[in-house]
Amino acid sequence: MGIDVYLNVAVAGILTGLVYGLMALGLSVIFGVVRVVNFAHGEMMSIAMFLTIVLFTALHLDPLVMLVPVAAVLFVFGYALQVGLINPFIGRPEHSQFLLLVAIGLIIVNVLLIVFGPDARTVQTSYAFDSFQIGALIIDATKLYAGTAAIVVAALLFAFFRFAPLGKAIRACADNYVGALVVGLDVKRLYALTFGIGAACVGAAGVMMTLIVDVTPMIGPAYTLLAFVIVITGGLGSMAGALLGGLLIGATEALAGLLFTPSAKSMFAFAILVVVLLFRPQGILGKRSIG
Amino acid sequence: MPGRVSITRRRLLASAAAGASGLAAPAIVYAQGGGARAALKVGVLLPKSGFEASIGQDCQRGIDIAPGILKSLGLPELAIINADTESNVDVAREHAEKLINDGAQILIGAFDSGQTTAIAQVAEQKGVPFVINIAAAPEITEQGYKFVFRNFPTAQMLLGSSFANQLELFEIVGSAPKTVVFMHVNDTFGTAMAKGINAVMPKFNVPYKVVDEIAYDPTARDLSVEVAKAKGAGADALLVVSRLNDAMQITRELVKQRWTPQAILSMGPGWYEDQYLKTLGKLSNGPISFVPFEDPNKKLSKVLQAELAKAYPGINLSTNHVYTFEALLIAADAYKRAGSSDPKALADAIRATNITDNVSIGPGIQFNAKGQNDKLKNGTIQNRAAKLVTLAPKDAANAKPEWPMAAYQNRV
Repeated sequence: MGIDVYLNVAVAGILTGLVYGLMALGLSVIFGVVRVVNFAHGEMMSIAMFLTIVLFTALHLDPLVMLVPVAAVLFVFGYALQVGLINPFIGRPEHSQFLLLVAIGLIIVNVLLIVFGPDARTVQTSYAFDSFQIGALIIDATKLYAGTAAIVVAALLFAFFRFAPLGKAIRACADNYVGALVVGLDVKRLYALTFGIGAACVGAAGVMMTLIVDVTPMIGPAYTLLAFVIVITGGLGSMAGALLGGLLIGATEALAGLLFTPSAKSMFAFAILVVVLLFRPQGILGKRSIG
Repeated sequence: MPGRVSITRRRLLASAAAGASGLAAPAIVYAQGGGARAALKVGVLLPKSGFEASIGQDCQRGIDIAPGILKSLGLPELAIINADTESNVDVAREHAEKLINDGAQILIGAFDSGQTTAIAQVAEQKGVPFVINIAAAPEITEQGYKFVFRNFPTAQMLLGSSFANQLELFEIVGSAPKTVVFMHVNDTFGTAMAKGINAVMPKFNVPYKVVDEIAYDPTARDLSVEVAKAKGAGADALLVVSRLNDAMQITRELVKQRWTPQAILSMGPGWYEDQYLKTLGKLSNGPISFVPFEDPNKKLSKVLQAELAKAYPGINLSTNHVYTFEALLIAADAYKRAGSSDPKALADAIRATNITDNVSIGPGIQFNAKGQNDKLKNGTIQNRAAKLVTLAPKDAANAKPEWPMAAYQNRV
C-alpha cells in the first residue's frame, strides 16, 4: 500500500478524534467540577443526534446551522438534570450516583426506541458525499467540517473557563469546594451550570457526529464507553487531556485498523488505556491525586 | 313379486340424498381437518430492533402477507405470536423459551445464524419443531437435531452456488475481474462464509485472485478505514459478505474515497435490501448479489408479489419475504398433513415435506435426514433504478448485466 493510504487514514482518524475529543470534553468538565461521573453521557449525545435528525427532516436545517440551538437545548436538559436529580445525590455514596446515571441512560435509550423505532437514521446533506482532493490526499468533507467545528467549540470553552468571570468561578468550585462556599459562591447553581455546559459540549459533538455516522437509539452506551476510555487516557478532569485523548484514540483506531485487522481496531484503543493505566494512572495530562 | 325392487319417487330421492352426502363426505372431512381445526400456534422470532432491525422488519412483512395466501391454498389457519430477538443471541434464546412456555407449537426464525443457533438449542431441548427462515451457518443442521429444519442454503451451498453464478455471469458479460478484495462482517454468518470460501473456491476455478481479506464488526460506526484498506489493495472488484447498515456505510465511503470498483459482488444480504435502494437512490445501482431468491416464473411467486404490492406498495420482493413466507408455508403444510399439533407428529410431517409449488429458485422444498433443504439454488440479481433485476439463472433472467459499474462520481 502506498503512503497516501496511510496519510488519508491518519487524517480521517484525527478529524474523527477531534469530535471524540469534544464529546469527552463534556464528560471531563462535569467530573472535574461536580465530581460526578456521567454514565449517561453517550445517551445524552444520542438525544442531540435525534434532535438533529428531526430538525433536518422537518425543516431541512443543515446540522452545522443546528450546532448552537441543539447545544442550547442540551444545556437546558443538563442544567435541569443537575438541579432536579443529581444535586440531591452529590453527598451520597458513589454507587448511588452510578445507579442514578445508568438509570437515566437506560430511560433515554428506551424513550428514543419508543419514539423513533430501531432503524438507523442519517442526514443526507448536500455535501454528504463530498470530499476534497489535495494531491493524493482525499479528505472527507463531513469529517473536515465536523473536526473544524469541534476545534472552534473547544477553543470557545477553553476561553470561557480562562477569561469569563463565571468560568473562573466554576474553576474555583473545582479547585476548592469549601473555599468557594466561604467566598459566597452559589455552588449548587454553578454545579448545574457546569453540568449544562458539559451537556452542551456533548450536544455539539452529537450534532457533528450525525454527519459522520448512522444514528440508532442504541448508539449511546457505546459512546459512553468511548468517552470513558478517552477521558481516562487523557486524564480525568483535564480538558486538554480529553482533547488529546480523543485525537489519540481516533488516530489509533484508524491506523490500527489499517496496519492490523479493522475488526480489532477498538482493541487497540483499550490497549492504550491499559498502558496508560499501568504507567501513568492519572492519565496523560491528569494531575496525580494527593493523600 | 319376490326379489323385485320397486322404485318409488320417495326412495329415489332418499337414495339420491344418501349418494350426495356420501360424495360430499370427503369434502366435509377435509374442511374439518383444514379450516375448522384449531389454529396452530406459531412463534416467530426475528431481530426487529438492534443493528439487524431493518432486515428483521422486512422478514416480518413475509409473515404479515402470508395468512391470505395460505388460506387460498386451502391450508389450515396459523396463530402467529411475534417476538423480537433485539439482534441479540441471549435475547433470542430467552424469547424462544418464553414462546414455548406461552404455548407456541412451532417456532420460525431468526434471520441471524448466531440467534438461530441459540433458538435451535432451545427447540431441540424442549422438543418443539423449529423451521429456520434464513440462517446459513452450516453447523446448525450438523448437530443431529430432530426438531430443527432449514429451508435456506448453508454457507457452503451459498458459496458453491455463488461461484457457479459468478462464472455464469462472467460468461454472459465476456469479462471478469483479475483481483478482488474480500470484505466481510465478522459475525457467525460472515465468519462461516469466510471459512467456506477457502474450501469451496478452488473447486470452481474462478478467474480472480483474492488479494486481501478484510473482516469488520457488523456494528461498526465508521468503515472508512476498511474501505481505504480495500482501495489501497488496488483490486479490480469488491467481494462482500455484509449486513444492511455496513453495506450502506461501505457505499458512502466508496463515493467519498472516489473509488468505483469494476463490480461489487455480494454473497450475502445488505446490498439488495429495500432500505439500501431507498436510502442511497442512484448510488444504490450496480451491485450484483448472488443470493437465494424468488423464481419469478413460479406461480406462487406471482401470488406473493401481488400480495406484497397490495400490503406494502413500493417494496420490492426480496429474499427476506420469500424465505420467511416459505417457513410459514412449511408449517401450515405440515400441520395439515400431520392432522395434529403434537410436536413429534409435526416434526415427522415437516421431515416428509414435498412442496413443489413454492416461490424460491430450485425444485421445491424437501428436507434431507439432517433437516436441511439441500436442493436450493441461488439467483444472480442486480440493483437497477431502485428495482432488482434477475440476471441468472437463464430461465429466471429478466435483464442483461450492467458491467462494469457506472462511476459513482458521475452519479453524485
